[in-house]
Amino acid sequence: MNGSPISYSDKKYKVLGTRPIRHDGTDKVTGRAIYTNDVFFPDMVHGKILRSPHPHARIKSIDTSAAEAMDGVLAVVTSKDWPELKDKVAELGEGAVNLADLAGNLLAMDKVLYKGHAIAAVAARDVHLAEEALSKIKVEYEVLPAVLWVQDAMQDDAPILHEHLRTDHMGKLGDKPTNIATHLLFEQGDVDAAMEKADVVIEREFKTASVHQAYIEPHNSVALWNEDGHLKIWTSTQGAFTCRHQVAELLQIPISSVTVTPCEIGGGFGGKISVYLEPVAALLSRKCGRPVKMVMQRDEVFEATGPTPGSYVRVKIGATREGKLIAGEGYLAYDAGAYPGGMIGPGSMCLFSCVDLPNARVNGYDVCLNKPKTQAYRAPGATQAIFAFESVMNELADTLGICPIELHLKNAAKEGTRRVDGPIYPRVGLVECLEAAKSSEHWNTPLEGPNRGRGLAAGFWFNIGLKSSVSATVNHDGTVNLLEGSTDIGGTRTSVAMQLAETLGIAAEDVHPKVVDTDSVGYTDVTGGSRTTFATGLAAYEVGLDLRQQLCQRAAMLWDCDAEEVKFDQGTFSRNGDSLTFRQLAEKLPETGEPVVGRASISKDVSTNAFGVHICDLEVDPETGKVRILRYTAIQDAGKAIHPSYVEGQLQGGAVQGIGWALNEEYYYKDDATMANASFLDYRIPTCYDLPMIDTIIVEVPNPDHPYGVRGVGETPIVPPPAAVASAIYHACGVRMFELPMSPPKLWKAISESKK
Amino acid sequence: MPGNAPSKTAPAKMAISTTINGQSYDFLCDPRQSLLEVLRDTLHLTGAKEGCNNGNCGACTVLIDGEPVNSCLVLAVEVAGKDLTTIEGIADKGVLHPLQQCFLEGAALQCGICTPGFIVAAKALLDKKPNPTEEEIRFSLAGNLCRCTGYDKIVRAVQAAAERIQSVQPSGGTPQRKQAQQPQAQQQQSQQQQ
Repeated sequence: MNGSPISYSDKKYKVLGTRPIRHDGTDKVTGRAIYTNDVFFPDMVHGKILRSPHPHARIKSIDTSAAEAMDGVLAVVTSKDWPELKDKVAELGEGAVNLADLAGNLLAMDKVLYKGHAIAAVAARDVHLAEEALSKIKVEYEVLPAVLWVQDAMQDDAPILHEHLRTDHMGKLGDKPTNIATHLLFEQGDVDAAMEKADVVIEREFKTASVHQAYIEPHNSVALWNEDGHLKIWTSTQGAFTCRHQVAELLQIPISSVTVTPCEIGGGFGGKISVYLEPVAALLSRKCGRPVKMVMQRDEVFEATGPTPGSYVRVKIGATREGKLIAGEGYLAYDAGAYPGGMIGPGSMCLFSCVDLPNARVNGYDVCLNKPKTQAYRAPGATQAIFAFESVMNELADTLGICPIELHLKNAAKEGTRRVDGPIYPRVGLVECLEAAKSSEHWNTPLEGPNRGRGLAAGFWFNIGLKSSVSATVNHDGTVNLLEGSTDIGGTRTSVAMQLAETLGIAAEDVHPKVVDTDSVGYTDVTGGSRTTFATGLAAYEVGLDLRQQLCQRAAMLWDCDAEEVKFDQGTFSRNGDSLTFRQLAEKLPETGEPVVGRASISKDVSTNAFGVHICDLEVDPETGKVRILRYTAIQDAGKAIHPSYVEGQLQGGAVQGIGWALNEEYYYKDDATMANASFLDYRIPTCYDLPMIDTIIVEVPNPDHPYGVRGVGETPIVPPPAAVASAIYHACGVRMFELPMSPPKLWKAISESKK
Repeated sequence: MPGNAPSKTAPAKMAISTTINGQSYDFLCDPRQSLLEVLRDTLHLTGAKEGCNNGNCGACTVLIDGEPVNSCLVLAVEVAGKDLTTIEGIADKGVLHPLQQCFLEGAALQCGICTPGFIVAAKALLDKKPNPTEEEIRFSLAGNLCRCTGYDKIVRAVQAAAERIQSVQPSGGTPQRKQAQQPQAQQQQSQQQQ
């Protein structure tokens, strides 16, 4: 059931809130949309990567001579082909990266740090020849012991990945080799004193497995290093400018000599921000003087690109008998994968983000181990933390015999609440989401039958602001071309174009949005952090104001008056009885002077907020431990739902990713520390046969930081499902689960043990 | 493409004749090349997408003699004399198929990489079973993975397309019968949406 949004605003809009067909839709239903793998050049060759079979080893030697001698092989590269790179941190928008680490991740230097770590790359006339050539490269390894679990990697006697690494304790460096890259601490109030006063204290430990974003399109890139020194890249990326920045830094060339064209992107979810193939394809192209295409196979995607961290989380909360939280303490250890810089920062910020908690302390640890470098995955770091916190909240509700919605309402974060890492919330919509849950048909329909249970959980994620640029041209037929730098993963061309259409009082279809290359629009940060509809939408609004002002001047010219006298309302320009619609005025532009072109760019330091609440009904098969989702409702504050269908789509898609994370997705490791399930068949993301319809309720509490009240909605929906599912499992069969995934073997074991 | 040039290791190429989207095609291919590779790299029919190359994701789904298959798991030499339909052949001379139209109207795609595979697989279903239940739709499309949508809007788009095709082609059943055949879930949804 997907009805109209529940709105807390009386503003009326003409375009916002409608459901036009997306601008790029026809290309995508006919197979005509150009993704990177659809880019061809007549003299293009194919690149493939040789990867480590060992999770941890020193590289003693690499002999590429036999591969280079093969007919049809045009170039071979290894890490020797990198220019010298010093330790330097590059900001990528949703996270930062050390460039020396990044280079080592793309082509290993002296050690391989995980199975699948890239060692060498080959370009050949076709992909089969390239694969044959890989088999002719000889690598000698000194195999080292590997460590895969975050708590093991923190031990003093753990195998050390980086001999030079020292723990950064709040800015102070440790004095011995370690895998713990960072220790951070957030604290407010007096936790210990408050915990003493609590009537009820609950402390629990949680573990979550590594999971992958599992976008259906594998990483793929085409690079052409021209003879004039200009490097052109076509790629699947969440941020063309971020890609340009990384490529230029890694290859030590000016950003102005790199053009990145973002092709259509077949899913990203945070995993397509870091580069993997682009710089390697560029090195190969420079060596062979031909365009080089590289496409990962699915096992490479699983074994060498961004899973999101496995985690160990301990949460302790203290509450009064009435259910008022008074103290909270958290300990989070997240795996960073092979290189420092995982998701521990946002994870720690999000742990207590859904409640008003004056006394709180969070210790967070970023820990290296022998898995691929972790990457963002939809609300990076939040899902692990909030699974733990919301599970404890649900246990508190059960312990005190309070309805979980009432418990959440009693403690809900609201305007003025200070989050543990410092920021004070402006107007937010968690209470409104909880109220919507409370009055929903789902919550008020009793769930009957054996082995069935219902669970509820809240979730949070930021909307980051950052930088976006757009430009727009008014066509003489009354339409507007809009150029933007935000890659469109899930319909943002349309949600951004609709904001411009609203501002100009024209139809959504009369704005033609286009995502362009890095030479053709101003700098724009990544599509990530739930920022595109919010921040690039803000830029679209501002370019609309710019165009409106220019058009008022043109109308003034026609009517021989001052521009200030021209009024604009709902797409019509008027003055003293004269009036012209947007289209009529556009038709007169050629006779009034130069073309009307607008531009806008924004840089927003503030981060705003989106809350959600999910309700899950499920049935447990006690014989097998298999869980079937019976009914699911995702409720979220969208601020203002620009295109409700695509907001619903984000809620549904995020919820299902969260359900997959909750129930069956994991990196399953064999005894030799290699992944056993590096295929879609064995990793098994949810299929449509595993699921019911996903109902949604959109709540609209306007965002004070956006003229139309927009909040980004993309990421929050992945956060609540694991705790909602865990609570439903408890209510279905009386077993509390503290580990993700709650897969049939684990649940069956827990049920069996509970019966003893 | 350059890969077609002979090399020491490449086996001899074979000449294959087949029918794709109603047109006859002749092509040369290595015996080791998959149908997907030839469709995309040799014939430049790039609508079939490569998601996994091992038959797990369904993004490369095409019809061979009306049956949906993962084209990455079929050798190109196997399609000699067959009748193939790819996503490029689903729309009819500039008019979108009801499935394509319903995917657009129902916002049943986000990133779009799985969409061609879903539309081709759903067409195979509706060609055989004009009035599938929600369960039948979900079962038939379980070999097509989507990571963006959570499948809700895809299933609804297929339901809407089935209804639209039926209303244009009453030969699939009288209106009364059609009503009776509608799955209960779908009736509830359409009521709720109204």
